[in-house]
Amino acid sequence: MLTHILHRVLVAIPTLILISIFIFALQKLLPGDPVLALAGEDRDPETLDRLRELYGFNKPIWMQYLIWGKGVLQGDLGISIRSGIPVTEMIAQKLPVTLQLAAMSMLFAIAIGIPAGIISAVHKGTKTDYVANVVALSGLSIPNFWLGIMLIMVVSVKFKLLPASGYVPPSEDFWLSIKTMIMPAFVLGTGLAAALMRHTRSSMLTVMRQDYVRTARAKGLRERVVIMRHAFRNALTPIVTLIALLFGELIAGAVLTEQVFTIPGFGKMIVDAVFNRDYAVVQGVVLVTAIGFILMNLMADIAYVLLNPRLSGR
Amino acid sequence: MTHAMNEAEDAILAKRPESRAWRKFRSHKSALFGSVMVGLFTLIAVAAPILPIPDPSATDWGAIRLAPSMAHPLGTDEIGRDILSRMIWGARASLLAGVVSVAIAMVIGVPLGIMAGYMRGWIDAVISRCTEALLAIPFLILAIALAAFLGPSLTNAMIAIGIASTPLFIRLARGQAINIAAEDYVESAHAIGLSTSKILLRYIFPNVLPPVLVQSTLTVASAIIAEASLSFLGLGQQPPDPSWGAMLNTAKNFMVQAPWMALWPGVAIYLVVLGFNLLGDGLRDALDPREE
Repeated sequence: MLTHILHRVLVAIPTLILISIFIFALQKLLPGDPVLALAGEDRDPETLDRLRELYGFNKPIWMQYLIWGKGVLQGDLGISIRSGIPVTEMIAQKLPVTLQLAAMSMLFAIAIGIPAGIISAVHKGTKTDYVANVVALSGLSIPNFWLGIMLIMVVSVKFKLLPASGYVPPSEDFWLSIKTMIMPAFVLGTGLAAALMRHTRSSMLTVMRQDYVRTARAKGLRERVVIMRHAFRNALTPIVTLIALLFGELIAGAVLTEQVFTIPGFGKMIVDAVFNRDYAVVQGVVLVTAIGFILMNLMADIAYVLLNPRLSGR
Repeated sequence: MTHAMNEAEDAILAKRPESRAWRKFRSHKSALFGSVMVGLFTLIAVAAPILPIPDPSATDWGAIRLAPSMAHPLGTDEIGRDILSRMIWGARASLLAGVVSVAIAMVIGVPLGIMAGYMRGWIDAVISRCTEALLAIPFLILAIALAAFLGPSLTNAMIAIGIASTPLFIRLARGQAINIAAEDYVESAHAIGLSTSKILLRYIFPNVLPPVLVQSTLTVASAIIAEASLSFLGLGQQPPDPSWGAMLNTAKNFMVQAPWMALWPGVAIYLVVLGFNLLGDGLRDALDPREE
């Protein structure tokens, strides 16, 4: 068990190094001389040379990467050219907002997707199954930013039920915070719920074909017990893995959702950074997202072993 | 005699797996619905220049934000352009983006994947590690970052989405190539001295293709959403050229005054993407020999 986890951690390291090289290369591929941009109007060759020296642009590229990488390892992702604030600080500020959104969306997706998947699998081939599948596929096909706009139009503009945009930290006003997050969480959760439903359904269908389910039925157990205790518990393993893997989709979806609902989170930060040509921020966000994704993968791996008694015994 | 033989041949041909797949596909109602949807939108996109519709960029300051009417079936936008016409021309941008970016991903991804899966060794190690690294960055974030560094335009959005989708095809083609390379007929081909390039072209590539085809259909669906997302963020198609995502971006500023502006582009994206998803699901079921 421990060796398995250790092995996974070790395997993640080269991946992280490759990602960092890739992100570093993005910056180098940028057209134009960064020194010219930094110097502004002052095109005096001496000033340019001094700036090159100062920022290390005169050093060979691999050394520049090592200097950058060393900074990253110490938690230094550079400074935003727009706000002058360190990127790490900006991320630390914005991330909790997005995590709240992500957590609420995930809760919503789990509450809808898993029961729908179970029901659909149990009633395979019936009208219920068909309807659930159509709804799920629709959930995957609707662009979530459009769903957000539609909801704002109906729920906020027409019926004035929920606030249309903005963010209130839960520490300030818990209920208002939840209220402002309901619509964004619903919008972001729809696609995830659909993915979870489809996955739960197929996982349940596989498990329900197994001998132990037939045995449980033959023992005369009630269908409810068979489904929940014997089938669902075994179907859960791949579902838990998927939940961790959906993390990437959550962050990517948050970019659009935060844009629609003007939520000052991690996702909105990357869009603003792109428009301000604030490349240090873009790099930082991509790197942090990738690290988060790899960590989630690692957790999925561990959960997989823990949930699977055949593996955890080792 | 020849006639009878032809008939026998026909009967055998009719039982070929392709035709079974086709039969399965035809009986798949939702897949047919998906094909019709995709076909319809493709037709509209292709026919846009010859349809009797107003110029999608023609502004009319006397007809700003008009609700749907006989003259403008879907209404007009904030500078009096006909929304129906912009929707039709927008279909071109969406479908083009979907197809071109997936083509980019396939052209780069499939050969790399086959190489990795067939050659194994250090080539496989290098390609696989790079694929894993790229897969760790969420698809849309990668596309946004690439589009940001390339600069906002429809072409760059297509390149960004294409590159962001490539790892998917590498992984798929690699897995498939590994399976096929272990088949007896590939080993026999090897044994009779066929060159590697011949084996790759004649045996590996054709067998890698079916799952790639399924994946590409499903990826077109996500590429269309990705293009709409990038254009919605302002990183795709630039004004005044029409695109559904860009139309939604403007529409969100007029939710109260002109709600119809936001309605149509979303419905169109939904229908096209649903069409490709249904088509992809249908193809997967039809090509999967295990599926009953």
